[in-house]
Amino acid sequence: MTPRLGPRRSRALQLHRKLITVWSAPPGWRGWLVTTNNNDIGLLFLGVATAFFVIGGLLAMLIRIQLATPRSAFMAAETYSQIFTMHGTVMMFLFAIPFFEALSILLLPGMLGTRDMAFPRLGAFGVWVYIFGGSAVIVAMIMGLAPDGGWFMYPPLSSTAFSPGIGADVWLLGITSIEVSAIAAAVEVVVTVLRYRAAGMSLARMPIFAWYMLVVALMILTAFPPMILGSVLLEVERALGWPFYRVEEGGDPLLWQHLFWLFGHPEVYIIFLPAAGMIGTILPVMARTQILGYGWVVAAAISLAVLSFGLWVHHMFATGIPQLGLAFFSAASTLVAVPTAVMVFAWIGTLWQGRPVMHLPMLWILGFFATFVIGGLTGVMLAIVPFDWQVHDTHFIVAHLHYVLIGGYVFPMIAAVYYFLPLLTGRHPQFRLGRIAFWVTVPAFHLTFLAMHWAGLLGQRRRIATYEAEQGWEAINFSASIGAFALAIGFALVILDLGLNAVLAPRSRRNPWAAGTLEWAVPLPSPVYGFGAIPVIEGRAPLDMDPALPHRIARGEGYLAGADRHRRETLIVDTATGAPAQVAVLPGNSILPFLLAIVTSLSFLAPLFGAHLVSALALVGVAGLAVFWAWTSGRKVDEGPVDAGLGQILPTSHEVPDPPGWWGSLLLLLADGVHFGSLLFGYAFLWTIAPNWPPPSWITPGLVGPILAGGGGLALMFGPRRTVRAISRSQPPRTGLALTGVGVLALAAAAGWMLRNGPDPTSHAFGATVWLLAGHVLLHAVITLIMLGFLALRIWRGYTSPRRNGEARILQLWADFTAVTGLLALTAAWAPGAFA
Amino acid sequence: MLWSSGTIFVFVMVLLAVALRRVPRIATERFWFWGLGVVFPLAILASLTLYGLILGQRLAPVPAPDLVRVEAEARQWAWTFRYADAPGLVTHGLLHIPAGRPVDVDLTSVDVIHSFWVPRLAGKLDAIPGHVNRLRLSADQPGDYAGASAEFSGRGYTGHVFSVRAHAPADWQTFLQGMNP
Repeated sequence: MTPRLGPRRSRALQLHRKLITVWSAPPGWRGWLVTTNNNDIGLLFLGVATAFFVIGGLLAMLIRIQLATPRSAFMAAETYSQIFTMHGTVMMFLFAIPFFEALSILLLPGMLGTRDMAFPRLGAFGVWVYIFGGSAVIVAMIMGLAPDGGWFMYPPLSSTAFSPGIGADVWLLGITSIEVSAIAAAVEVVVTVLRYRAAGMSLARMPIFAWYMLVVALMILTAFPPMILGSVLLEVERALGWPFYRVEEGGDPLLWQHLFWLFGHPEVYIIFLPAAGMIGTILPVMARTQILGYGWVVAAAISLAVLSFGLWVHHMFATGIPQLGLAFFSAASTLVAVPTAVMVFAWIGTLWQGRPVMHLPMLWILGFFATFVIGGLTGVMLAIVPFDWQVHDTHFIVAHLHYVLIGGYVFPMIAAVYYFLPLLTGRHPQFRLGRIAFWVTVPAFHLTFLAMHWAGLLGQRRRIATYEAEQGWEAINFSASIGAFALAIGFALVILDLGLNAVLAPRSRRNPWAAGTLEWAVPLPSPVYGFGAIPVIEGRAPLDMDPALPHRIARGEGYLAGADRHRRETLIVDTATGAPAQVAVLPGNSILPFLLAIVTSLSFLAPLFGAHLVSALALVGVAGLAVFWAWTSGRKVDEGPVDAGLGQILPTSHEVPDPPGWWGSLLLLLADGVHFGSLLFGYAFLWTIAPNWPPPSWITPGLVGPILAGGGGLALMFGPRRTVRAISRSQPPRTGLALTGVGVLALAAAAGWMLRNGPDPTSHAFGATVWLLAGHVLLHAVITLIMLGFLALRIWRGYTSPRRNGEARILQLWADFTAVTGLLALTAAWAPGAFA
Repeated sequence: MLWSSGTIFVFVMVLLAVALRRVPRIATERFWFWGLGVVFPLAILASLTLYGLILGQRLAPVPAPDLVRVEAEARQWAWTFRYADAPGLVTHGLLHIPAGRPVDVDLTSVDVIHSFWVPRLAGKLDAIPGHVNRLRLSADQPGDYAGASAEFSGRGYTGHVFSVRAHAPADWQTFLQGMNP
């Protein structure tokens, strides 16, 4: 046997050595600053998110100390407000969202059978922005400058008049920068799932977690923009005095609630669905079977996502919504129980048809069932309007949301970390401590939050700093506090156990759980490059169908074996069928993401200290670095189609009309479009609902503005198309470029013309909205202009050719968006004046 | 709702417990998805939502012959009440109403958002600057009822409470005439 195995082994080793030199980051701390690999980025992300979980947990303990006894003197009301605001903010924005992003960056490439995420540098950028933004918020808290208006920051309480300090600004700027990082991660996830997969992995053969993350990432792109807009409006109102939420000048505090919950409710499912995806991944393996009703589960995830955008008003049942509205949103809110039930019964049905084994991940999933079902049922109760009117803003709500978020998110995520520990560390979880931690955590959780349901039903309002002894809530609160401390000990034991296992547990063999999906086809711990070759698969569980697949992959049987061209390559496939389509050339290590994150964070955080000039300079830095970033990719010569292995000759991603950057732009513009749509929604809302409308005067469009806008818009649509055509035919692209330039300048001039005798933005919400609409046009004109200059320079330096026309097509996408939304924005501003 | 929720919870847990016994069985889509996933929740939800809507309608501030109107104005951290039947009459922190008659409270705020909540007389409704929200109260018995503001409003939120005093018909008239009953 040995003489035959020898050469094969050495082939695998040869490939490994080649790949490791191409894919590794430099050793030491410098490596962490320049690495773009998903294994490193994901681990960094996971570690930081866990640290924030610990911080959020400590804050929760302070809350429970305060509430343990009546008339507590532990904290003053002012401090207590900061603590509960920060607990919610840290857990929702600094822990929950980043934690699942971390897991998906770590795991998705392996599950999909590819070597890295689609935009490695964007991923690294997102992590650093998150680390800087999150740390700034924590530092502000330690300095006693934390926000104190509750984690949903309702104006007018969060407006300058009632929150004069910088606490609210810390929240708005810090959290918005983190949302920017979430959007970066979402763009990356969508493009990765749609295009970066193993050969033959059609949509119907995708692992269930990939489906869930696709849905979640699309939700992030559509749910975060309303929230970002809300924050922009509030920050602009606070900084410049533009009245979006001030009633006297045509604003309305309810606008914030709509924008916030338009984000906030999908957010709940954005957090729950990744956990559900993990359960769908782990549970069938633990039950030694396949998931029951794959199609049903995918359909349930999609319908849950769609429905979640139609229920935001159920957070606002007590704000005076008309009866018909209440009926609609109440029905829609109960309806989400249907796809949730489909998922829950799919999982129980899977156990039913399998032979479940009680490994530790399975135990945590059972903890999930026992907890989440209760949270779901209290959720249905809350959808019933008269019940909600009573328990709204009491501890019943607090208890409900913890059942859903801890039961529905934290427990499954602990299961996931245990399950994937061998992949991350190469060691198999072993210790008894893990089981003890489980049996401390779950009962303690139920003690804490069952007690809080009860306190809520007795009328204990959320966010009160103290209560009186005669209210009869002492025993309940004391039990909740005891439970909360036991719960904290339980979570500490879980973290300790995971740490011990990561360092001391015995080495794991390959595929320790006997799973069928591709992420287990790699040696443990998973090497930076993932796969020695991109496999060809024929079903949903390739390892079940061919147990020798891992060895064949290691020997280079598949596409793009090794790294013959000494660069990071992976396969891009056709979205629907999974047929090989392109060879992606990924960037290597780079300090750019780290630097860009520094200037980006600076531009967000400098205004906190009144350093507006620093912020402006940082913005110039952002633009400069972004241009340099884009400049470093691309080729000066046509490489032509390359050998992808298995006899396939494929074009590289530099030489296709739809490079990954085009897909990324498309998704970014989706988010941008939703943001713009939210602005129009806000405008219409204020106009129809807010008191003190109409404004003292509208603006009159005249002739010059509309002509400039119309002509500019047309030129902006036509110019880039002509440029693309010229490049594709090797003709000089001068006319197209010039036309684009004239178009964008004309559109910007139209916006400027409108502001020339436009209304004062501080005197009425209409004026403020007009300025914001013009700001949208001008910002996008600047972006288009920068991209145009970039493209002209690239053409001049020889970076384009009939094969390499992707960058011109990216410009076309942005120009189209600028033209369409620009015309809409100006029309919306002019329309009332034209018809008045 | 507590009992039916409890029953559903126990049902799901029993199903889970049976599923955990290591005897593989056949699981059909018809039973698990159409039956448990779709029909089961839809039937319960439809009836529950309908019940909620009917109840909500009954609590709504609809016209009534013997209706009493009052105004409540919230501010950080106080409540001011005015009475349609006695112009000029103002009370602070104590709302007077007649027992046995429907009372509509018009709620508004002069600063931040507050919420008006008297658990034993009605659900809660927000007092929002620039808006007037109408809440129906009904007290069957004369007596004092505790009320609280139920939307976080800053430093003094914990102590932002008030009471409602429901009067017997004769006492109500005395009150309206400006005398303490």
